Order: sequence, then structure tokens, then C-alpha cells
Amino acid sequence: MTAPVRLDGHTAGALGAGQVAAAPARRASFDRPILWRILSVALVLGVWEIAGQIPINFAFPPFSEVFAAFLRMMADGSLPAAYAETLKPLVIGVVISTVLGVGLGVAMGLSRLSEWLVAPVFIVLQAAPMAALVPLLTFVYGIGLLSKTLAVILLALPVIALNGYKAIRNANPTLVAMCKSFLGTRRQQIVKVIIPDATPVIFAGLRLGVAAGFIGVMLAELLITPTGIGDLITYHRSVADYAEMYAAVASIVVLSALTLAALQAFEVRVLRPEKRGS
Amino acid sequence: MTIAGWRVPMMASLLVWLVLWEIVGRTGAVFLIPPVTGIVEAGIRLVQTGTWQQATFDTLRSYGLGMALAIGIGVPLGVLMGRSKPADKLLGMWVNLFVSAPLSALVPVLMILFGIGEKTVVATVFLFAVWIIALDTRAGILHVPKSLEEMGRSYLASPVQLYGKIILWAALPEILAGIRLGLIRGVKGVVIGQLLVSILGYGALFELYSRSFDMEHFWAITFMLFAAAMLLSSIVEAFEKRIEYYAGAR
Amino acid sequence: MTAMADTATLTRPAGPAAAAKPDAAVSVRGICKTYTDVEALRGIDLDIERGKLTTLLGPSGCGKTTLLKIIAGLIDQTSGEVLVNGRAVRGPGPERAFVFQDFALLPWATVMRNVAFGLELRGASKTEREEKARHYIAEVGLAGFEDKYPHELSGGMRQRVGLARALAVDADVLMLDEPFSAVDEQTRRKFQEDLIRLREVEKKTFLFVTHSIEEAVYVSDRIVLLSRRPGRISEIIEPKVDHRASPDEIRRDPHYLDTVESIWQGLRNYVE
Repeated sequence: MTAPVRLDGHTAGALGAGQVAAAPARRASFDRPILWRILSVALVLGVWEIAGQIPINFAFPPFSEVFAAFLRMMADGSLPAAYAETLKPLVIGVVISTVLGVGLGVAMGLSRLSEWLVAPVFIVLQAAPMAALVPLLTFVYGIGLLSKTLAVILLALPVIALNGYKAIRNANPTLVAMCKSFLGTRRQQIVKVIIPDATPVIFAGLRLGVAAGFIGVMLAELLITPTGIGDLITYHRSVADYAEMYAAVASIVVLSALTLAALQAFEVRVLRPEKRGS
Repeated sequence: MTIAGWRVPMMASLLVWLVLWEIVGRTGAVFLIPPVTGIVEAGIRLVQTGTWQQATFDTLRSYGLGMALAIGIGVPLGVLMGRSKPADKLLGMWVNLFVSAPLSALVPVLMILFGIGEKTVVATVFLFAVWIIALDTRAGILHVPKSLEEMGRSYLASPVQLYGKIILWAALPEILAGIRLGLIRGVKGVVIGQLLVSILGYGALFELYSRSFDMEHFWAITFMLFAAAMLLSSIVEAFEKRIEYYAGAR
Repeated sequence: MTAMADTATLTRPAGPAAAAKPDAAVSVRGICKTYTDVEALRGIDLDIERGKLTTLLGPSGCGKTTLLKIIAGLIDQTSGEVLVNGRAVRGPGPERAFVFQDFALLPWATVMRNVAFGLELRGASKTEREEKARHYIAEVGLAGFEDKYPHELSGGMRQRVGLARALAVDADVLMLDEPFSAVDEQTRRKFQEDLIRLREVEKKTFLFVTHSIEEAVYVSDRIVLLSRRPGRISEIIEPKVDHRASPDEIRRDPHYLDTVESIWQGLRNYVE
């Protein structure tokens, strides 16, 4: 009812006025999310600080101490070194999962036979608690980089493959019909219509894969291979340096959040121009 | 998939993989992969032992408690975020952060806060499941047509009636979808929690069998867990289907 | 609940009602509505006669639904006041019932429960509300559909359910927000005829929002024409269509056609 109607003549004046009026409104609502975000962070950190000062638990240090520990660990180089150790298998694992997952996903989306053969496996694997298999990796591949990389792949691959599959299967049928009606070959159909149309969803799957990869690498480090951030967590816990331990845990959670946010920003900016600005 | 005119159900291909597994297992080429028949036999033996029954009971209890907490807190949290703009803006960022955070890194923290035992596992299940339930509930609440709410107000519904007879029902499809995803995440949570605590339930069994290289038993409980996860998911899905008709009609 | 509606009627001459015309079921006094930076309504003064069918007609975005929802108590006005039966409106009340553009039916409830829903919210007993609901389900021509769910009905039938629900609470004023806009043309005509018949039977005050000129002229006793945003009353027309004539006769009647044409000429300025 209140939506402006596109008309000409003297309604153009009203429409113009609406646009002028809308511009400051958008600027205001653009400012506000940042304000809210600051407030939101302040609220949670404040509650954390107070809860730590009371303290609600002997093993619950206030935020200020944890942050100080974070700075100490950054300064003495133990945190950066641990990250180098942790990120290596994560990146390798995610890259392999991406190549393999997108490939399998596209194959499943395009061929009925591979769909029938492979999709159920991934459906089971995605629903299943794959973490149970992580201890197994240790026997075969020891406690090195390979085990950790495999743990990442184990958790990241199913979600990437399934998203790729769904993206291809749900490619806009009208676009495919359009391509057919202009006598596009099957190859053109796939390369020029189906895959570009599916890209945003495939990329969203990648984001989920990265999130799963973080879970996998942390699990591997905590469970089987005492290296990297997982080792920092385990070590500081064993010597009761709780501030350092919390700093390591919080830093990996924040790093994962930042990575995912960056991927999402990239997705919106590059892959979904229609969503830009909204 | 159709073969010679017959529609072969999608999940039937799993049988193909099981047969393949059996063949590889029979050759004994890969130590990790014992024949499926051996795994099934081990599973049948296992189910009759007191150890397994105790482990299953412990696991189900941790899982049940954690899920009850996650639903009991996640749904109201989602309703709050869906109904109140300030609450949404204050909490939204954190809920979104935790829904995809590497929660496995948080388990050590839970262990020092709650001790090495059941409480930690319950807390892990809760943490894995609660965020997605809250987010989906929020989405469901935001999906409730404005006119349904106006209808309630214009016929003088009390706040309790508005929520109990209109809003929660209208958001039910999304709430159930959230609970289904939460149930699956909760299974992952209970496994990860027990693996890291490693003295409880299936975590202790995994520890035992992997240390003694007892692959048949190891796979037997893994398969049981997989099957349980699939079963849970399909039960909720069946329930979702029953109310599907109105998801589109709202 | 009917008791409450009755007291409202009884107290009508008291208080601010002195200002209102005695036969006005709804009086709108200087209503203005401004959203953050859009002025939707400016200085609306209007009396809606009891027992008549009044239509709010105007181009899209003229604020006619906003006005209706202010009268319903679903939206707060920026200034001015609305009196229903002489009492100032502060939210929804039992003397008014609303029929929604998109029906607003509970998809998980049967026709029976949907029609009885207003009574259910008032705490009426199951037997009482079902008896009433059954009566109105029959009245809107849906007898036999009591146990169906909304998704099993056509758009027109769904709107009849919405109408029956509004009738079942026995309000004095029935407000209909573009009730036929989501309904196909054939159903729409049938529905309009039913509405006229219903008005004769029910003796209620109908307040109706539409953007269809033909519909407004066909069903109304009085048409309130609103101008484009900010919405103001530009004209009030009484079509004086003789509803004793058959629908087809009315639709070919020169007087009817002239009225439609003159309203169109007036509105043209706004849409061109």
C-alpha cells in the first residue's frame, strides 16, 4: 500500500522527494549498526569482565587478564608460532576439500549416475559425527601434518560437496531453457549458464567448509597431535595458566569468525551484485 | 535413478558401497577396514555387553540433557531476537559468531569449568545445538505474516494468546527445522565432548578400541552413531513434513 | 462479550459523543499520520454512518489502508482522534472486526476453528463458539467445509472464512481491507453480490477499502475519495445504486456507468 508507484507527471515530484528523504535515512541506518556492534561487544566483554572479577569460578579469568595474556603471547612469539602450525593443515585441507568437493558436487549435479552413487554417501557423512573418525587417523598417519590435514578434509569435504551438488541441481531452469532455446550446446549450457548461476551457492558451501575445517583442525590438535593452538590450550590448562588458555581459545574463535566474515563480504561484493548495499 | 526402467531409490547406492567395503575387507589389504559382516557381528556381540549398555545410557543421558537445555534456551532466545530489535542487534552478532565457531576449541574451557565428567559433555551438546536453534527460531518469528499478528490484536488476543495461539505456531516450521539441525549438531557435540573427556560413554569406548586396535568394535560403534544421527534426523523430518502444508500457506 | 458491545452502544450519547453526529458509528477527527519521513494522511475528518456501507477509494499509496487500520486500532495516528460509538479508539475493540487483505487465516486450524477464533480468544465455551461459527459458515456459503483446512480452499473461499470470522464476533463495525484483491474476477463479482445481500441481513456498518472504482460504485452507499499522498479527502460521492435491481441490470445502468466514469475522470489527475 505505502510502496511508491512508478508514475510520471506530478508524481515525479513526490518520488524525487522520497529519494531525497531516503538518502539521509540510509546514512543514519548505516551508522547505527556500527554503534550497535560496539555496544554489543562492550556488553558481552563487560559481563565477562564482571563475572571474572567476582569470580564466578576460580578458572574464569576476567577479560582484562585474558587480553593481557593475549598481548604477552603475541609479544613472546608463542601465539604466532602456534598459528603457523595450525593454519598450515587448515589451508591445505580446505584447498584439497574445495577442489575435490566442488568437482564431486558438480559431477553429482550433472550426472544422474554419480548422483545416485555418491550423493547418499555425502548425505550420511554430513549428518554423521565425523569427529569419531579422527582418533583413527592417528594410527595410520601418526601425529604429523598429514593427520591434521586429513581431519580437516574429513569435516570440510562433505559439506562442500553437498552444497556444490545442490547448487548445480537447483540452477535456474528458466535460464537453462533460455540457453537451449538459443541453441546452446550442452557444454555451453554447463559452462556459461549452470556453473555461473550456481557459483554463489557453491561459495556459500565453501564458507561452511572453512568453518568445519576449523573444528576439524582444533579437534585433531586437542585429541591426537599436541601442536599449534591446540597444544597451547592443552599446555596452559595443565599448568593452570587460565588467562593464557582463554586467550588461545578466544583468539581461534575470533580468527575463525573474521575469516568467515571476510569470505561472506567477498561473496556479497563479488558474487552477488544484486545483494550489494542491502 | 532408473535402471532398465526400474526406479532405484537413491539411498540404495549405499548397499553398493557396503558390498565394496565387504570385498575390500575380505581381502584384508587395509588394516583399517575389516569386513562389514565382521563389524555387524561385533556390533551384535557388543550390544549384549553391560559396558555398551552403560555407555549408551550415559551418552543418551548427556545428549538428552544437553538438547533439552538447548531447546529450552534456544527457542526463547530466538523468539526474543525475532521480536525485539534491540535484543537482536545486541545478541545477533554473538549468536552468528558461535553458530559457526570452532566450538571444539571451547571444550577444554568447559572441562576446567565443569570438571572432567558428564557436565562438560552436557555443556558441549548444549553449545553445539543452541545457536542454530536460536537462529532458526528467530527466522521463523520474522517470517510470521504481519497480518496474522494484526488479526490476533484486532480480535483482542492477550499477549499469552498471541504467542501461544498464533506466533509460535506460525513460526513452527522454522523452529522445527532449527531443532532438527540442532539434533544433528548435538550428536556431533556429544561425540566430540566424550572424545575429549574420554572417560565417559562412547568416548571411553572409542578410546578403548582405538588403543587396542579393535577395528571391528570401533566401526561397530561408529556405525551405530551414524545410524542414530540419520534416524533422529529423519524422524524430525517426517514430523516437519506433517506440518509442511502450512509453511507455504502462511 | 456481546454485553460489552452493548454497553458501548448504551454509553454512546455520553462524553465526547456529544460532538459526533448521533447516527455516526465511526467519527474520524483531524487524523494525521506521518511515518519517519513520509506524510501518509493529512487532516482527515469523516463520519461513517451507522448501517451503511462506506468505501474508502483512492490510488495506490493514498493511505486508505492506513486510515482503515487507524480506525481498527492497529496503527497509532500521529494526531487527531477516532470515535467509535462515541468512544475514543485506543487499540482494537470488540465493537469492530477486521477482514484482512491476505485473509490472515491460521493455516494449522480448520475452517471451524478459524471462524470461531475471535470467540476462542474471548474465552467463549467450545459449544457456544462452534454453534455461532457454524451459523456464519453457512451464512457465507461454506456449509460442509467446516473441517477443511485453509490450504484446501480456493482464494475466494478463504476470504469467506475471513468474513465469517469477522461476523461471528458480532461487532457493530465491519472493516474490510481490499478483501477481493487476492481473488479472481469471477469470484470477485459473486462476492460483491453476496456482500450487498449480507449488508441487508446483518444490519452492520461496513467500512470497505478498495482501489477498484467499479467495485466501489457497485457496493457502496457512500464513497470517500482520497487524494494521493499525503492522503486527504478529495470528494464524497453517494452513488445511489438501486440494489433491488439484478446485478446485470446494475452493471448496464447508465447512472452506474456515469458514476464510474466521473470518478475515473477525477482520479485521472493523480495517475497521469
